[in-house]
Amino acid sequence: MPFSITLTVNGEKRNIELDDPRVTLLDLLRERLDLTGAKKGCDRGQCGACTILADGKRINSCLALALSYDGAELLTIEGVAQRDSLHPVQAAFIAHDGFQCGFCTPGQIMSAIGLIQEGQAGDDPERIREGMSGNLCRCGAYAGITEAVLEAQKILVEKNQRDAA
Amino acid sequence: MKTFEYIRAKSVSAAVAASVAPGAAYLAAGTNLLDLMKGGAARPDRLIDITHIPGLDRIERLPDGGLHIGALVRNADLARHSDLLQAYPAVAEALLSGASGQLRNMATVGGNLLQRTRCSYFYDVASACNKREPGSGCDARHGENRLHAILGWSESCIATHPSDFCVPLVAFDAIVEIEGDKGKREIPLEDFYRLPGDAPEQETALAPGEMIVALRVPGASAAFFKHERYLKVRERTSYAFAVVSAAAALQLEDGVIRQARLALGGVAAKPWRARAAEETLAGAQPSEANYRRAAEAALANAKASGDNAFKIELARRIVARALTLASAGTPEHLPALPASPFSSNIGSAP
Repeated sequence: MPFSITLTVNGEKRNIELDDPRVTLLDLLRERLDLTGAKKGCDRGQCGACTILADGKRINSCLALALSYDGAELLTIEGVAQRDSLHPVQAAFIAHDGFQCGFCTPGQIMSAIGLIQEGQAGDDPERIREGMSGNLCRCGAYAGITEAVLEAQKILVEKNQRDAA
Repeated sequence: MKTFEYIRAKSVSAAVAASVAPGAAYLAAGTNLLDLMKGGAARPDRLIDITHIPGLDRIERLPDGGLHIGALVRNADLARHSDLLQAYPAVAEALLSGASGQLRNMATVGGNLLQRTRCSYFYDVASACNKREPGSGCDARHGENRLHAILGWSESCIATHPSDFCVPLVAFDAIVEIEGDKGKREIPLEDFYRLPGDAPEQETALAPGEMIVALRVPGASAAFFKHERYLKVRERTSYAFAVVSAAAALQLEDGVIRQARLALGGVAAKPWRARAAEETLAGAQPSEANYRRAAEAALANAKASGDNAFKIELARRIVARALTLASAGTPEHLPALPASPFSSNIGSAP
């Protein structure tokens, strides 16, 4: 029995027909919508490479049944830059060498965007590390990742203050 | 993954009605269930998606000062809720010490209660496991078992319950509200879980088709809010299950412990309420010697189930230290590393 769901993916509304109930959001994005930014690392919720935002919150898309997310708004790494202008978190990852091989990076960046929006970490590197612990980096770029998140958060907080003024 | 029939329930009664079919399972966030299904340890024929049922995601203050928490409240939303932080800060600390930011955004209250053990033999379908396949044996009993149970285990199963959240909840007399085809009922969380005995596949008091709809924490348990902590030892500082954990809560009056609450995690098939230890503390002075005596009482019946005798002494020390931290007072803000003995503001060891 085919299933029909509606998702808003990076601002674009998509009507999606699914012929199989087992599809996760990760497989839907990668295999059916050609959005391969979110990565399949462990596929078991342990590595965070598949992190995306659903209705503004970071989640492991590998453990999300697509059918259950009918009506959700998804944001993936493909949707965070404004045309040629990188998202502040993307720019900070480059500036601070927050990666080496890059496989975990889309998940790291989406997780960092979610963490900053959650507003719980402040400028404490220990809280940043704790908040990012759901994203593994086998190259061990953790020091750069923490620096990048700290700087991006500072930029985003200042931007919000400017926008509010 | 075996395929399944997908049903989206719009109400609790519709969900319950759909669940009478054999092989049916409720789907909330799926953070544990989908993982189990991918590995073949869970093979439901029908998934009843309950996440679209309205009204189950509310947190409400009760007239007695307690909290009524809907089964679909997400862990992250609950952990940051001002009423929880105020009345039951150890519950917030336990929630934030578990899983990752992503998983806490997904995982629900009901799902946390019903998550399965992380015993690797339960997950590995090539291994014998009485919990997954009754009567097949227990490969953990003489296998890699350093993280397994030290209390309440049986020859048929030595698995532990993995939840952090449930540990302070049993200390605080939380109640589970259930709905099934025979109507509504409720049961204390402590009695909700069963010890393995010779039927480790029967983990809870839920009858087939029954669903958790809410959790209630009584107002009387908010009396501990000034002196309560959750402390958790794990094999890495964040994003790991407890080797041993403890929730400790004290009511101090004129320099004397009026009442104590204590529960342990990572030690048994259920979150373990240590009532004998609580009794040794009622009316006692808050002192290291008394905390150590309480710890001895809490572990009096502990027995290694394999290469895990170290967990018994570790649990005693975690209990004593959790009590010491609780008597020092609930911190104004949760530490950067919730429940970690390595957190910078966790205080010194007894």
